[in-house]
Amino acid sequence: MSAGQSTPRASVAAGSSSGALALRFVGMRAVLRREFRGYFSSPLGYIFIVIFLIAGGYLMVSRDFGRFLEMREANLDALFSYVPWILVVLVPAVAMRLWAEERRSGTVELLLTLPITLEGSYLGKFLAGWAFLAVSVLLTWPAVFQVARLGDPDWGAIFLSYVASLLAAAVLLAIGLLFSALSKNQVVAFILAVAASVGFLLIGVPQTQEFVGKWFGGYVERVVSSLSLLDHFETLTRGLLQLNSLLFFVLFTVGWLICGMLVLSRTKTN
Amino acid sequence: MTETDHRDAGRADGEVLIAVHNLTKHYGPIRAVDGISFEVRRGDVLGFLGPNGAGKTTAMKMITGFLEPDAGTVSVAGLDVAQDRLAVSRRIGYLPENAPAYGEMTVEAFLGFIAEVRQLEAPEAAIDAVIEVTHLRRVRGQTIETLSKGFKRRVGLAQALIHDPDVLILDEPTDGLDPNQKAVVQDLILSLSSDRCIVLSTHILDEAERVCNRAVILSEGRILVDSTPADLVTQAPGHNAVRFRVTDGDPAEVVAALSAAAWCAAARVLPNGEVEVEPYNGENRLNDMLETVGERRIADVRVREGRLDELFREVTRGVAA
Repeated sequence: MSAGQSTPRASVAAGSSSGALALRFVGMRAVLRREFRGYFSSPLGYIFIVIFLIAGGYLMVSRDFGRFLEMREANLDALFSYVPWILVVLVPAVAMRLWAEERRSGTVELLLTLPITLEGSYLGKFLAGWAFLAVSVLLTWPAVFQVARLGDPDWGAIFLSYVASLLAAAVLLAIGLLFSALSKNQVVAFILAVAASVGFLLIGVPQTQEFVGKWFGGYVERVVSSLSLLDHFETLTRGLLQLNSLLFFVLFTVGWLICGMLVLSRTKTN
Repeated sequence: MTETDHRDAGRADGEVLIAVHNLTKHYGPIRAVDGISFEVRRGDVLGFLGPNGAGKTTAMKMITGFLEPDAGTVSVAGLDVAQDRLAVSRRIGYLPENAPAYGEMTVEAFLGFIAEVRQLEAPEAAIDAVIEVTHLRRVRGQTIETLSKGFKRRVGLAQALIHDPDVLILDEPTDGLDPNQKAVVQDLILSLSSDRCIVLSTHILDEAERVCNRAVILSEGRILVDSTPADLVTQAPGHNAVRFRVTDGDPAEVVAALSAAAWCAAARVLPNGEVEVEPYNGENRLNDMLETVGERRIADVRVREGRLDELFREVTRGVAA
């Protein structure tokens, strides 16, 4: 048994700020690798990707939605205008098992008594889910080739559309992760996450903003508008790289992640 | 070292690896653990005994740092669990209740994950070693969800042992196993006990007698008894009780004569006609008994050892009442 002596390869210099930061995320890489592989160790991951691509492709070319074939424009608006609505259903499906399954099966007790910080395990799971979503989103690359054949697309807008999709996926995944940490039941976690994500998206639809403007005035309407995921998403997909849009996605992702970590840390006292 | 040697071995001079002081935990209005204190030394195999809900699992979860106590402290190898959980977790191997593991992974991949998390210097060698120790070679490429309960429990033990920890915490390591599987796991625990400390919880009192050199009986979150299984046996009701058959005379008369003796706590005629006499304090009073009754009037004399389950029932029933 001496072969297994615990001898950390990377010792962290005590007192250094980078060392302290590294200590907060101990175990993140191992959790990330395990979870990412986990998506491909069962048919569920592949089914998710297929559903995502079919849904995206259908909404893109459908005469009732994207009308890509009829428009024959060299852009991917027909795809990316529907991406948030696809993600709002599919991201909770990716997130639901991440903590709920750990809690149901009892492995959360194993995980949180290993030399892994709560932040490391939480962020590891988040990054694994995000990497999986990135793979799914990037598998839409044939659409980019199709657009290139049609004309001279705005490559900046296409690039930012992919960035926006990944950022939207990050926010929605952070919401899904929070509800996964709240429940032992994956189905409950999924339903709550979809409801919360839809609510988050509905803030951005014109009807909501009109309603808010009518009842609470223009200032509140502007505040609500600034909290709209759809508005910030659209800004980026139009090719406008605005700092406030990037900050919106980053701050909300970090905020939801912190909420999720706080929820999970309560299991240590209860 | 034989099993008996192991159980009787004195460990008072061993290094203190676990020190628990005034540990308390509430779940809402329920006091799950009520100010318990104890120490466990290197070489100790401490058995947590107690009825369901006695606080065994909660106490173990606090020792491992999974749960935060409401009050009290736990230190492992001199490190405060509340202040230094990561360092403590490197010194502890923990088998949670029901041996949870990632079912979709193979045994080897699961142990690889644990080795990676524990940043072992030679993960492959550690995996090979622990697979040998826990007899998992036959199933190392099999997914965990397809394994029998016994193998799953051994996988749980393997992940707890992979880093060769000083402290092993095992929550009901043989629960739900068949007698053969129980024996295998108990042998494994015995083989691991010489150079570390092991805390295990169990409902199986025979297991505590076989594996542990110290037993703590918990009930309603409090420690009722803390002793060696051998000592506990002597405290059990009926220890050194004598049974015999009366060959000449009326058993009732023999019982009356014995009841009058100062050392006799109880004497009775059993349904099968035999007489049983219990001395006070579990003392061996065989000679006194023979003198009182007369050796030639009786046959089939047996002296009974106390039983841990009887003591367990007696002390835990007292608390419940």
